[in-house]
Amino acid sequence: MSELFDFTLALGDDALITAQRLGEWTSRAPEMEEDVALANIALDQLGAARLLLTYAGELEGAGRDEDALAYLRGDREFRNCLLVELPNGDFGMTMAKLFLLAAYQLPLYTALSGCADERLAAIGAKARKESAYHLDHASLWVKRLGDGTDESHRRMQDAVDQVWPYTHELFTADPAAPVDPATLRADFDAVVSAVFDEATLTRPADGWAPGGGRDGVHTEHLSYLLAEMQVLHRAHPGARW
Amino acid sequence: MSDPREAVAAVVDPEIRVITIDELGILRSVDEDPATGRVVVTITPTYTGCPAMDVIRADIRRALAAAGHPDAEVRTVYAPAWSTDWISERGRAKLADAGIAPPAPAARGGGVVPLTLAVRCPRCGSPETEQVSRFGSTACKALWRCRSCSEPFDHLKAL
Repeated sequence: MSELFDFTLALGDDALITAQRLGEWTSRAPEMEEDVALANIALDQLGAARLLLTYAGELEGAGRDEDALAYLRGDREFRNCLLVELPNGDFGMTMAKLFLLAAYQLPLYTALSGCADERLAAIGAKARKESAYHLDHASLWVKRLGDGTDESHRRMQDAVDQVWPYTHELFTADPAAPVDPATLRADFDAVVSAVFDEATLTRPADGWAPGGGRDGVHTEHLSYLLAEMQVLHRAHPGARW
Repeated sequence: MSDPREAVAAVVDPEIRVITIDELGILRSVDEDPATGRVVVTITPTYTGCPAMDVIRADIRRALAAAGHPDAEVRTVYAPAWSTDWISERGRAKLADAGIAPPAPAARGGGVVPLTLAVRCPRCGSPETEQVSRFGSTACKALWRCRSCSEPFDHLKAL
């Protein structure tokens, strides 16, 4: 049970923190259509987060619901990967993060949809469709910026170089999990290589591989994000719209 | 008391108010518990983060209360996942009448990049259209424009 709780919580936290980060773009995106797009993707991530955290709360059996898990945990209790908590940076950085995350989430949710746990299978089948759209959207931007002007190429490559080390954490082997993340690596590599090729981007060399997110050891960025996300709920416990 | 199925099927989608939840395919079942007589409604969201779900649940309860079933239960299921293929023919016609281009058949086979067939302008019928934004006013729509009549229009994304 505890193993399943940890796994579900980690995926829920990935989606929740992604939603919060993407939400920061609202009213600040480079164009109106992209503003709507990023808000919609954030909403999809939030939807997946709610389902996963609700289920995690039930697995734990300690009476914590989605709100208790989202708003009343400190940073050391969050299990999201470091990739999603990194600051948005410029638009290229945000797209690099979203692209690499979606290239992981799509095979993950697809594999989940066939796993033995009925609840996770249902969530995977649902989220997979949305994830495919996110991947498609982010891929188009990575190609457009990578294979664009000298300046857009330089910034897209720079973003990919900066974010790449954080992808290794996503595939840490966990044979006991409903889906072993290590088995997703081949699908991820195939999609990423194809898009990088078309985008005229160079796949960064593998080396430094920061981790710790799944154990609750985060970058300093997460605390600031949580402070903003949680302040209202903590100031007004139980408040409802 | 009137037929609970009829009452629930007439509830309209709060974001696309021309189409009912039945025509949209998000109403999965309406049953009566044989022991208690309690009505149990099962619905499924279009998108996981669909913000209209709370309103839809409230509207279903209100419709059932008005039909003489005040003690109804509304359940939400996620499997099987909703597909735009579940939108009825009548629902598609209503969408088109309201200026929303209905979705093409959903892509099958799990391909990463879905094939896009020509989307016809719901106003003038021209297939000369282009996508303006992959995302639109709600999670389930994209924004398109007609090159023939220059009108922008919503398109329900195939899912």
